Amino acid sequence: MLGNVIQWSFITQQWSEIQTDLVQHIELTIIAVAIGLCLSVPLALVAWRLPITRAPLVGFASLLYIIPSVALFAIVGAYTGYIASYLTAEIALVGYTMLILMWNTLAGLAAVPEEAREASVALGNTRSATLWRVELPLALPYIFAGLRVATSTVVGLVTVTVFIGLGGLGQLIQYGFNTAFTTPIIVALVLAVALAAVFDLCLVLLERVVVPWSRSTRRIAARA
Amino acid sequence: MNFFHQVVSYFGDGANWTGPTGIPTLFYRQFILSASVIVVAIVLGGGAGVVFGHTGRGSLVAVNAANAFRAVPSLALLTLLAISPQISLKWGGFLASFIALTVLAVPPILTNTYVGIREVDADVTDAARAMGLRGGQIMGRVELPLALPFIVAGIRTAAIEVVATSTLAAYVSYSDLGTPLLAGLSSNNSVEAFCASLLVILLAALFAVGLGVLQRAVTPAGLRHHRRGGNMLAPTPGVEGAAAA
Repeated sequence: MLGNVIQWSFITQQWSEIQTDLVQHIELTIIAVAIGLCLSVPLALVAWRLPITRAPLVGFASLLYIIPSVALFAIVGAYTGYIASYLTAEIALVGYTMLILMWNTLAGLAAVPEEAREASVALGNTRSATLWRVELPLALPYIFAGLRVATSTVVGLVTVTVFIGLGGLGQLIQYGFNTAFTTPIIVALVLAVALAAVFDLCLVLLERVVVPWSRSTRRIAARA
Repeated sequence: MNFFHQVVSYFGDGANWTGPTGIPTLFYRQFILSASVIVVAIVLGGGAGVVFGHTGRGSLVAVNAANAFRAVPSLALLTLLAISPQISLKWGGFLASFIALTVLAVPPILTNTYVGIREVDADVTDAARAMGLRGGQIMGRVELPLALPFIVAGIRTAAIEVVATSTLAAYVSYSDLGTPLLAGLSSNNSVEAFCASLLVILLAALFAVGLGVLQRAVTPAGLRHHRRGGNMLAPTPGVEGAAAA
């Protein structure tokens, strides 16, 4: 039965092609999540410090979140170009991570115990110092939970960039579909899930290093 | 003619509004595909989530379903089903897309329903039991209403994913708004792709806002003050459980 669905020889013969696609997939994912993080956390801090900006910022991120990525390719691509444009691909992928990361950062800041804030003020910290030295570190478990969700979402989403000539593992899917050949599609699916698992493990380990005091992470992540 | 004028004339062209490839037909086809997937996923995911949540069984599956499926490329599922001979062309390509989308839509609804039911304060269910309610009644009259905001949040997450992926159904031969969109992308016809994507965004916004209104409506009055503002456009991804706690 499995012999009909998977042709093992394909994997050995096309290994270099699979490797190229996998590397592109990893690149597209890491760039998207890194830029998403660098934009979302500062924006979330602005939204936190200036409540008046919260609704427009979260609203904008929500809009980016609900727009299907192929539609965003078409909108953004009308200016930046369609064919193999990393810029077009990354704008859409980053847009998708923004709401996840911003919302988790805000939730983390909101979850900081009032006592910790008061203690910080009592020690003579200014509001900014409290934000940087107390609130943000205490929000880190939430930010990591958001990073994990965003990363695995992007891993699944990168395949869609095949419609603008990139795709990473999406290239394998397109090839399999065009030739009605299941093996490349299954290879892409398994590799995407495995890649997400590896990224997730890396983030968990990174979190242990960065947030050694966190014990509730497991609980937060489990609810994501 | 500049880009904006081309977009206006695309929408002004009567030929784009009639026949099997007209905007209304394609819009309707994508709406029907998405809506039927969401309804079935609510029955399957919500039903399983309520039972799992009430009995406390299957927690491993229920809690991790959404996480485990998040990285599965929807395109892989769509194409796999679309090239499998038994279902590829059934119902004009509808069946393959329908199954793939349902597989993607169930996990977030299942996880959120399960978490929502488990989040219900044990004191409340104990009180209900003390007042003489039986298991089924507690489930229907206490746990389900209190969990509804979570459940609808899960439905919104799923719906956004479903509408996005239903655009890709066009790639595997179910014609909808994705048809002109993908055709525009592949032929570098930015006007066609742009116009089609506006319609796709309109559909996505309809689902997102419609379910946002529903989420607000089903939140029991006693829980409303816990939610800071709420977000009418999109659910709160990744922190549904944590944010309301």
